[in-house]
Amino acid sequence: MSTRAFGSRIKRTVDPALLRGEGAFVDDIPLANPLHAAFVRSPYARAKIASIDVSAARAHPGVVAVYTGEDIGVLDREMPLLIPHPSMTDARTQRPLAKDDVYYVGQTVVMVVAVDRYTAEDAVALVEVDYDPLPVEVDIEAAVKPGAPLVHATHPGNVAAYFVQVSGKPDETIPQAEHVTKIKVKVERSTAAPMECRAVAAQFDAVTGELTVWDGTQAPISVRGGLASIFGLDEDKVRVIAPNVGGGFGQKVLLFYPDELLVPMAAMQLGRPVKYIEDRRENFIGSSQERTQVHEIELYAKKTGEVIALRDSFLHDTGAFIPYGIAVAQVASTSIAGPYRIPNIWVEFTAVYTPTVPVTPYRGCGRPQSCFAIERAMDQLAEELGLDRLEVRRRNLIRDDQFPWTREGLLFADGLRVSLDSGQYAKALEMVSDRLDIPGFTAHQGKALSEGRYLGLGLGFYVEGTGLGPYEGGHIKVHPITGKVYVNTGLTAQGQGHETVFGQIVADQLGVAVEDVILVEGDTRAFDWGVATFASRAAVVSGNAIYKTALIVRKQIIHAAANMLEASEDDIELRDGAAWIRGTDRHAPLAAIATATNPLRYAFNDAAKAATQFAPASRHDGPPLDEGQHPGLEATDYYSPACATWAYGVHAAILEVDPDLCSVKIHKYVCIHDCGNMINPTIVEGQVMGGIAQGIGGAMYERIEYDPEGNPLNANFVDFLIPYATEVPNVEVLHLETPSPLNPLGVKGVGEAGCIAVGAVIASGIEDALAPLGAGKFRQTPITPSMIHAALVAH
Amino acid sequence: MPRARPGTSVPSVSSDPRARVSITINGELVEREVSIRMLLSDFLRHELRLTGTHVGCEHGVCGACTVLIDGKAGRSCLTLAVQASGHEVRTIESLAAEDGTLHPIQAAFQDCHALQCGYCTPGMIMNIVGMFESGEPLDLSDEGIRLALSGNLCRCTGYQNIVAAVRKAAESLPAG
Ligand code: FES
Ligand code: FES
Repeated sequence: MSTRAFGSRIKRTVDPALLRGEGAFVDDIPLANPLHAAFVRSPYARAKIASIDVSAARAHPGVVAVYTGEDIGVLDREMPLLIPHPSMTDARTQRPLAKDDVYYVGQTVVMVVAVDRYTAEDAVALVEVDYDPLPVEVDIEAAVKPGAPLVHATHPGNVAAYFVQVSGKPDETIPQAEHVTKIKVKVERSTAAPMECRAVAAQFDAVTGELTVWDGTQAPISVRGGLASIFGLDEDKVRVIAPNVGGGFGQKVLLFYPDELLVPMAAMQLGRPVKYIEDRRENFIGSSQERTQVHEIELYAKKTGEVIALRDSFLHDTGAFIPYGIAVAQVASTSIAGPYRIPNIWVEFTAVYTPTVPVTPYRGCGRPQSCFAIERAMDQLAEELGLDRLEVRRRNLIRDDQFPWTREGLLFADGLRVSLDSGQYAKALEMVSDRLDIPGFTAHQGKALSEGRYLGLGLGFYVEGTGLGPYEGGHIKVHPITGKVYVNTGLTAQGQGHETVFGQIVADQLGVAVEDVILVEGDTRAFDWGVATFASRAAVVSGNAIYKTALIVRKQIIHAAANMLEASEDDIELRDGAAWIRGTDRHAPLAAIATATNPLRYAFNDAAKAATQFAPASRHDGPPLDEGQHPGLEATDYYSPACATWAYGVHAAILEVDPDLCSVKIHKYVCIHDCGNMINPTIVEGQVMGGIAQGIGGAMYERIEYDPEGNPLNANFVDFLIPYATEVPNVEVLHLETPSPLNPLGVKGVGEAGCIAVGAVIASGIEDALAPLGAGKFRQTPITPSMIHAALVAH
Repeated sequence: MPRARPGTSVPSVSSDPRARVSITINGELVEREVSIRMLLSDFLRHELRLTGTHVGCEHGVCGACTVLIDGKAGRSCLTLAVQASGHEVRTIESLAAEDGTLHPIQAAFQDCHALQCGYCTPGMIMNIVGMFESGEPLDLSDEGIRLALSGNLCRCTGYQNIVAAVRKAAESLPAG
């Protein structure tokens, strides 16, 4: 190829099928006469189950089976704790179907399987469950106070985990501070709300003994492992396929949701395919959420604004269970110092059980919260010292020559060290300042004010540890008939365009067109080893694994082609789907090379006929395959990062607040971001813009509301406000590309980047706009019109 | 794990009252007997296997299920199949040419990277097709396009590229 695919704005190869309506999401998979599952869910946040009567449901026409906790055999157990950690004692996870106790509104109590979903829902209404409600406390600050009602009797103070991390020598440094800034911030609970809710379908083949599960999951390989182990099946007899998935954002990587176990169980028992297609209300009350944290952060600074130490103490709401361990809180705590040097850090958190939907990572995974805390604190420090907001940051940013900047003592969510590997932080800040003419903004703002308009400048800097291990793999095979290149990895995609970016990586190495690289992933049959798509890790971990694999196959091709063309390997170049002797028109197509490298070749087609002409490819002395050699052009390799690679960026916005309507209008929004080398800038921008829209939701609209009894009040799209096109501003995205020194491609992750800083940007912008009216501080998101109103009248 | 017992027979249909519907779908008259409460979205997806129409909320807010009913964008999740009887319904499957060549709006979506997971996309596109074919003049300002899209939620793209795609499609399609 004369032009490199890596780095180009190549159109996505997956799009045409999706655009024609030919995508295959779980509920689109044709199954022979499937049955449908629906659940009886707890209407109480905390209660004892006195009795369950399913007789009327069982007798309902069209009902095939009704299951309570008593009827589910090996599944009647607490589900696995995914990531154990010493900070947790006796971590609680949920049972597929509740037994004796319920712990949140929405918890699954009974499963009904019927001929269609309509009938299943009718039967759900016929199940009689007698509950004895118990007192609850849903507010995390109240829940840790003595005397608060307990979610789990086993956990006094509702404390699920407590953990302190220290970097440097905060105790010794703090007395040297000349100024202390102390603030308290809160981020409220939100939810990923992927447009496709979760979905599981299963089919058991009694002849082969094979269980096939279609699951809209981000982690098919792990789901397979879990299913095999819980049901006592051979892993090879369980196939998990994540087909097209309509967005995930973290919500689709909990192992397990009850339905992911119960649906396969029912399919095996009933001898018919069974599916469960979650509806939107169920997604709100049954699928993981995230975000609630309350931080009390203290910055210890010199008069110059240089921060010498930081203390942060925060509460993290983990909901009724803690299946994912402390991942969210740990990411928040290790990201707390942001892009700043701050060499001395003391950070503690308490993860708190509340009788609400369990919490697991949602795009951002603790980073939006810690970014909100540190950025709001930096703004406050600037104000208290009379410094410009940009200047106080400039004085603290890690300098280009200080990378890698390691925060000794902190361990990231993967248990590895926190080492910010590369970046141009100061340049990013200057870029955003130039782009928005921040130096000229004060005059602009003053002029607007004289006309009675309230403009504000919002600013937020973020860092993001991306590309978490432990590993991913890549498998590449050149197909002997067509010469097309098949690539497999253990991941799955929910819209990120893996087929295109991985295709770009391979296309360059093997000299083929991106369209001729065919990615098959999201199917345990396609690749056996892997982790999952989360934590902004696909491009970094699978990307590098596939790159390493491509290098091996490239070598194989060149070696075989040199033999076939009777040339030196140094003279072979790969382009246009063939190997060429440089400077000549002698070449061999990839299909012919792939055919020639298989000692068994019947002349089925022209490639095979052509391959047989190249005498040197076959040998007549000794066995056709050397010891250790394998037929064809094929390889597998893995990439395992030593630690996360840190992306970063800075967002700024000019917004206007109307104090009468308490409405906010974003006039301009600029994002400077750096995810290392970009494989496909268009896809990167798409990820960033989508993340920012989700961030806007979290900053101004989205809040899961619970009443004091723990009833969710807005479990639908009417009351839980997701931004439409009318709520999201145009965003200008500018790139910096500082390669990561940690991996061969020099890439960093970008999946979550967009959403992290938005809350800080909007809060600081509104605060700036309303300062002339003395509206005070905005330290909680989402910032709703009523909060703005309250701030204005409080004055 | 207990497995299915040989010979166990499980029912296949509910006891819902049924009614006959005849709906012209993508130009073809379809006649079927269906449960009287079956949603049009389920009818399209499960009975006819036209799975390009998606459902994101089933309460009329997200627009993922948008189809054209007698030429106007409508929510197939809020319409019963029996209500659509005697009407004309068009779905995403009707847009591309036989050989798969994309309709200009679909092509613009690909060119502008206006889809990621693609789940909202068919509903979004049918809404836009309805606008282009309505004969009403289109407001192609940023605000105008955003307003026109404001019945469809997308959780992936941030909408900006969808706005661009609508504008691009307008260049190749005579609006109104
Ligand atoms: S599924 Fe019909 S509007 Fe959401
Ligand atoms: S592309 Fe995923 S919801 Fe719109």
